[in-house]
Order: sequence, then C-alpha cells, then structure tokens
Amino acid sequence: MSEFLAQGGYAFYVWSCYGMGVLLLAAEIVGLRRRRRTILARLGRLKRMHEAEVSK
Amino acid sequence: MKFNWFRFSSPATFYGLAGRLAPWSAALALLTGALALYWGFFETPDRLGGSNPQKEYYRIIFIHVASAWLSMWLYVVLAAWSAIGLVFNTRLSYMMAVSVAPTGAIFTFLALFTGSFWGRPSWGTWWDWDPRLTSELILFFLYVGYLALHSAIDDARRADRASALLAIVGLVCVPVIFWSINCPDPNQCAALHQRSSMSQIDGNILFAMLTLTFSFWMYSFYTSFHRVRNIILLREADTTWVNEQLAREGGA
Repeated sequence: MSEFLAQGGYAFYVWSCYGMGVLLLAAEIVGLRRRRRTILARLGRLKRMHEAEVSK
Repeated sequence: MKFNWFRFSSPATFYGLAGRLAPWSAALALLTGALALYWGFFETPDRLGGSNPQKEYYRIIFIHVASAWLSMWLYVVLAAWSAIGLVFNTRLSYMMAVSVAPTGAIFTFLALFTGSFWGRPSWGTWWDWDPRLTSELILFFLYVGYLALHSAIDDARRADRASALLAIVGLVCVPVIFWSINCPDPNQCAALHQRSSMSQIDGNILFAMLTLTFSFWMYSFYTSFHRVRNIILLREADTTWVNEQLAREGGA
C-alpha cells in the first residue's frame, strides 16, 4: 500500500494532478447543486409574493 | 415515423429531458472513471522506455490527455451551439453553449496544471513557451473571455449573440493546438511537447486513457445538463410551466 502511495518517489507530482482533478470536479458539482437550490428558493419566494399580491 | 427534432429545442421540454439524462451520465462517468483509474494504476508497468525511462510520473498521462482532449472537444461543442444559435435563433442553443463553457474551462486548466506537474519531473521545468503549451493557454483565456463577456452584458439575448460570435472566432485556436506538436523541423521551433504516438502505446495504458476520456465526456454531459436546467429556470421564471414545476419540486 505504501509502495503504491509512493509511486516510486513521484507521489507529489502524481497525486497533485489527480488531487487537483478530483477537487475541481467535486467543486463544480457542489457549486451547481448550491446554485440550483438558490434559484429554486428565489423563484419560490417570488411566486409566493406574487400570490400574496393577487389575493389582496 | 417523422421525428420532430425541434420539439426538444423548447426549453420546457428539454428541461425534463436533461433532468432524466443527467443521473445516467453521472453514473456512467463514475463507473468508467473508477475502471480507468484502477486500470491505469494497477494494470500498467511502473516504468516505460529504455535508457532514460519515463518513471511512475508518466501515470499523469491518463488525466492529462483526457482533460486536454475534452478541453478541445468542448470548445468545438461551444462553438457549434453558438453557430446553431446564430443561424436558427434558438434560445436553447445559446443556453447549451453557456452551459458547456465552464466545464471546458475547468478541463483546460486541468490539462495545463497536470502538464506542468508532468513537465517538472520529465523535462525539468514547470513551464515553457512551447507551441502546444502556449496555444492551450490561449484556449483557456478564450473560455474565460467567453464567460466574462457573457456575464458582462445584462441583456441575456445580446449577451448570447455577442459571446457566440467570440466563441466562433476563437475556434481557430483548436486546429492550432491540435497540430502544434507536428513541428516539421525541431531546430526551427523548439517544441518540448512529445508528438502523439498512439500506434506505439502500450495497450493497457491506451485503454485507461480512453476510458478516462469517456468518463470525463460523460461528466461534461452531466454538468452541462445540470447547468442548462439552472439557466432555463432563471430565464423562464415568468412562465406558467416553471410555476407548475416549482409546485412539483416544492421550491421553498
């Protein structure tokens, strides 16, 4: 296992690359999900405001 | 049976379709990604070549080549959606273009980053103004420029058209990157970047490389479907169908 992690002494280079890859892709997915929640919340708020306006 | 392709050019229809396709793309991306990494790390030799071998760091090849291919391919997709948008004036095409761009920018950055971390142990330098590296850097600036231009214009339709034009003009960069390693005379253009040698490559390495490329491609489908749904919701906020959708999804 430790031999695998060491990658023949090039662990820093190899794992930096794959680490950066995982980090960027995960960050993109988290960002997309968060954005979707924000949009749904905003549209929901607008909708309720609109309905309150109509029923007045 | 006559199939009407333009049916899916309606954002309301495509919203549902993208929602159904997204989880499948994500699942495919995860499965093939796991297979590619397993194969790349456990079924390949530790060292390549003779007297001055590529040592373990060559394993960067899988993520490097996959993200570099995707960076070019997604730019072609971006330019194609932009062109379709300008020709047919379909709103959805522009939305797809805007949805693809951030993922393309991420893969371009990843290609440069991993290239740098491969260059350091094998060439002895993080960066060089080599034709391939330089043109890939310009591609990154094109993606960033496209996104910056789009977000700088408030009116969505004007932003779509202006940035679409930029995307199409920027397409000249892609063939330049593609052929930048085929320098006819190495004495005239100091190219550090290796030429493509797909026919000599070890079968296991090739398999892992192609599988990871497929995985990244599916990932791009997932993120652009997800992003296009966000954009559709925002832009169609005033319509009845979005209101009904909100009621269904319980958008609180």
